[in-house]
Amino acid sequence: MNIEQLHKQYKTSLKKENRLIRLYQILIFLVFFSSWELFSRMEWIDPLIFSSPSKVWQLFLQKLADGTLLSHSGVTLFETVLGFIIGTLLGTILASLLWWSPRLSKTLDPYLVILNAMPKVALGPIIIVAFGPGFPSIISMGAIISIIITTIVVYTAFREVDPNYLKVLQTFGATRTQAFREAILPASFPTIISTLKVNVGLSWVGVIVGEFLVSAKGLGYLIIYGFQVFNFTLVMLALMIIAVFATIMYQLVELLERKLIKD
Amino acid sequence: MSFLTIQDIHHTYFSNQTAATALADISLDIEKGEFVSFLGPSGCGKTTLLSIIAGLFPPTSGKILLENKPLDADSDTSIGYMLQQDYLFPWKTIEENILLGLKLIKKDEGLERIKTLKLLSDVGLGGTGKLYPRELSGGMRQRAALARTLAVDPKILLLDEPFSALDYQTKLKLEDLVFETLKSFGKTAVLVTHDIGEAIAMSDRIYLFSPNPGRVHKTFEVPDELRGLMPFHARNHPQYPILFQTIWKELESLEY
Ligand SMILES: Nc1ncnc2c1ncn2[C@@H]1O[C@H](COP(=O)(O)OP(=O)(O)O)[C@@H](O)[C@H]1O
Ligand SMILES: [Mg+2]
Repeated sequence: MNIEQLHKQYKTSLKKENRLIRLYQILIFLVFFSSWELFSRMEWIDPLIFSSPSKVWQLFLQKLADGTLLSHSGVTLFETVLGFIIGTLLGTILASLLWWSPRLSKTLDPYLVILNAMPKVALGPIIIVAFGPGFPSIISMGAIISIIITTIVVYTAFREVDPNYLKVLQTFGATRTQAFREAILPASFPTIISTLKVNVGLSWVGVIVGEFLVSAKGLGYLIIYGFQVFNFTLVMLALMIIAVFATIMYQLVELLERKLIKD
Repeated sequence: MSFLTIQDIHHTYFSNQTAATALADISLDIEKGEFVSFLGPSGCGKTTLLSIIAGLFPPTSGKILLENKPLDADSDTSIGYMLQQDYLFPWKTIEENILLGLKLIKKDEGLERIKTLKLLSDVGLGGTGKLYPRELSGGMRQRAALARTLAVDPKILLLDEPFSALDYQTKLKLEDLVFETLKSFGKTAVLVTHDIGEAIAMSDRIYLFSPNPGRVHKTFEVPDELRGLMPFHARNHPQYPILFQTIWKELESLEY
């Protein structure tokens, strides 16, 4: 019995376990898509409604070639990223204002509760009337859906910063601005980053619903259009592209998180 | 005229339901270069008094004068405050932490900067400037906190149980270091503690506080033989247990 050997054994068993998990994951993927294809071909499910992977793939190649897929995806991606950034930024700024003035925060408290409880997408029609049926409306939808929750979460984080850090700053004669910059903001950084992850998902919801309503461009439009002309292959294609992009965005935010929060 | 004058301080904490008087009739004088201790069981208002001296909040009534002038906490770094825990900012390096006070008054460049970084080696932390607080032991972090407090060259240092979160050995070593450093800079200091031995070993005078509400119960002068000694050696001096017994009896009498 020596330690090195035991360690090696431990590592191989760990590697084995990981390989097994990866195998299961691939298996699920293959089973899902091949049974989808099979069921559709055998007409165990209605191929008109559920389409099939091969048809989706063909449509993908065709739309890729004529450039429409790229332009629709580009539009949606642009709107989502912008809505996400604006929502997070405005939410954080609002949280800072609330921290700045305890009186303001107490005054606004019931309104924040109402706004938070309210399903934001229901505001869609009003937003479209206000900003017109185009980019601004859809980006607003992507942003508005995450502003309030960001405000609440970030403001809570601001208030939970250990008051002793503020005490240290106060004995150095720091102003409120300095206290915010030196302690409150950096101490809440991990929370702000974690709201980013939530907001990625929310912005997708806001933008897709916005595109449903405006119905002019983008992946949300493709879903609505496909639904109206009964082309469910197009709907499936749009759904899959959304899934891929949303995952990539989420992974990017996670990467950012690991880069920014070293400890 | 004293260096620090504390005059008729009363303090009551108000809340919706209660008005809790934490301090009553506190008057005392501290001379330049003195090291005094506030000793007493917890809850007798020591931290409250220190916070008032530091200007963190105003007392309900009474006055604090430093060199005959009232304190203006917002524009003043003449008071240094060290807390029970180091409260170094974890996202800043040791160097950035030490320079914090100077940064706030925009003096963290040039000569001041060099002087401050030298403080780091004065407290035995040379070469750790680029490290983060989490990479340092508890004792080292508290030394960094001392350097941070000294960096703005305060006229008086307030130490609120700065050794109580440390293990015994580290605590003894740090007592010596703080004592030596403050003496060499000729600083005036107020130490809050509930450790009789620490109060005797480190200070020139001890104010014993009694609770409900916090008052100065009795004042003890530490004999000259002990004052000059480093805390570690003071603890081994024949005078030490005598004073210890006297204060101990006084503390016992407070409980009834
Ligand atoms: N922020 C506060 N609000 C209300 N009561 C307080 C507050 N801080 C301290 N007290 C009360 O004042 C008394 C003195 O507290 P403190 O100054 O912390 O004593 P010590 O430092 O000697 O332990 C205690 O009874 C405590 O409960
Ligand atoms: Mg205390």
